[in-house]
Amino acid sequence: MNETKTLRKVITASSLGTLIEWYDFYIFGSLATVIASQFFPKTNPTAALLSTLATFAAGFIVRPFGALVFGRLGDLIGRKHTFLLTLVIMGGSTFAIGLIPGFDSIGYAAPILVLLLRLLQGLALGGEYGGAATYVAEHAPEHKRGYYTSWIQTTATLGLFVSLGVILLTRHSLDANAAKSIAKFNDWGWRIPFLVSILLVIVSIYIRLKMKESPLFTELKASGKTSVNPIKESFGHKTNLKMVLLALFGATMGQGVVWYTGQFYAQSFIENVCKIDFDQSRTLIIWAILLGTPFFVVFGAWSDRVGRKWIMLGGMFLAIISYQYLFGQLLKIADPTNKVELVEQKTVQHERSILKSNDTLVSHTTIHQFENGMQLTENTKDTLYSSGKHSIQSSTPIITKKLGDTDYWKMVGIVFIMIIYVTMVYGPIAAFLVELFPTKIRYTSMSLPYHIGNGVFGGLTPFIATLLTTIYTNDKLAGLMYPIIVAAICLVIGALYIQNKIDPPIEV
Amino acid sequence: MNQLKKYAGIIWILLGPLAMYYLIQTAASQILSKPGIDTKIQWAVFCIVFLPIAIGLMIFGYYALKGEYDKV
Repeated sequence: MNETKTLRKVITASSLGTLIEWYDFYIFGSLATVIASQFFPKTNPTAALLSTLATFAAGFIVRPFGALVFGRLGDLIGRKHTFLLTLVIMGGSTFAIGLIPGFDSIGYAAPILVLLLRLLQGLALGGEYGGAATYVAEHAPEHKRGYYTSWIQTTATLGLFVSLGVILLTRHSLDANAAKSIAKFNDWGWRIPFLVSILLVIVSIYIRLKMKESPLFTELKASGKTSVNPIKESFGHKTNLKMVLLALFGATMGQGVVWYTGQFYAQSFIENVCKIDFDQSRTLIIWAILLGTPFFVVFGAWSDRVGRKWIMLGGMFLAIISYQYLFGQLLKIADPTNKVELVEQKTVQHERSILKSNDTLVSHTTIHQFENGMQLTENTKDTLYSSGKHSIQSSTPIITKKLGDTDYWKMVGIVFIMIIYVTMVYGPIAAFLVELFPTKIRYTSMSLPYHIGNGVFGGLTPFIATLLTTIYTNDKLAGLMYPIIVAAICLVIGALYIQNKIDPPIEV
Repeated sequence: MNQLKKYAGIIWILLGPLAMYYLIQTAASQILSKPGIDTKIQWAVFCIVFLPIAIGLMIFGYYALKGEYDKV
């Protein structure tokens, strides 16, 4: 009974901290546009350059370095203090981002500070996950390692869920008038989700401080058998390096692309390609996540009985064969040409405003209503020049769609299927990685392939997929080539080289 | 099965440089068509990040070819 109670505490302390770290990491990504307007004005090339660096460097370069720095520390001094440190760094950086004055107030210092803090966030995230997964796995009984570590696996998705929820809630609660509330949010309200983080971090630090070191690491330390040089032992010796490479190419790279396609590329595709409005494109992801999250635990627990390999590879296989169809369905649902328009309900509005330059801006808003409840808003802006040089210049029409109830829930269903693939590849992977490496170099060895797989292969998915659609402009589904090819290579390598060991003992 | 694992090692060894060639070629054509600083940084990051990974894939293939994964 006591053992179960201790385990629950271990899981709560580890999961809560990891959830907060993911929340901190995601709010920056989710608020990228607002942050860019505050700190990285596009008209200023240096600020725009810093913006690109902040986006790319933190997610893709710094995370593996964080895995090495904190992994090494975790194998030398222990799991508990290391993942406590990553939490403090992450929480402190997030809170500080919320306090930095904008580019208008302090000039270049603003984007430079944001970039530095974003790098610290990436570094901390690189160290957190390996520590939490190792800590829980080293407490878990052998026959339940998949089940217990799957709670850690829910945190990344729940972190995204909480970040989307807090952002939507803040965006709509700053004023009784919706438009004013959004304007206030874009002006100063975006800081709230960053500042709120500190409260969550304090609670989590308090809980984690009460926890003891992992029993396996304590045993190892007492016997004086901890590693002297974890990085050299992890990557300098063939016996371990070959397992690191197998973990990366046979599991984590496929997991990374399936994870990011189901949660991030799907959201970006729904908003930017299907043109579904800001709120709906986020709330439908929130619903799909909410319905899908319990399956992390289901697949984690199932992997204790049937092994980790085929559940993870099964998720990749289903993703490979169905992504084209599922994303095609998203396009079909959002396509107004196969819906009946209620022409009599069409409204057109024109608004005129005089600009500082004395030019006149005319905004035309046309709202189309459809039989199934879809609403399509088309917005164009014409500038009428007072100088008479050019008489008129029209902007490209901005289209946003609001789905009717049936279509909305159909989209939730499709994203839910993709989240199920995520839970299959991600639910058992912590236990799988932990079982591959010995205790004395586990933190370092498992963190690097995880962050290259999840951070580099996965994190780049939305960018590469979007880039592919700009190269192959005729095919809106061209972006799926990247996750499908990467997952297919990973599936073949995993199927050939990984052995399906059912509940193997972990090596001390 | 072990023979298949070994022969597949050749594919992984070849896949590393092939992926890098494709990446560098795409990067060069994209930078030429949109020569902004954003494009340059973006593709430079892709190439820098994926180069060691491609080398890792070749090492993985080499280990597979040598039969290192026969008893994993």
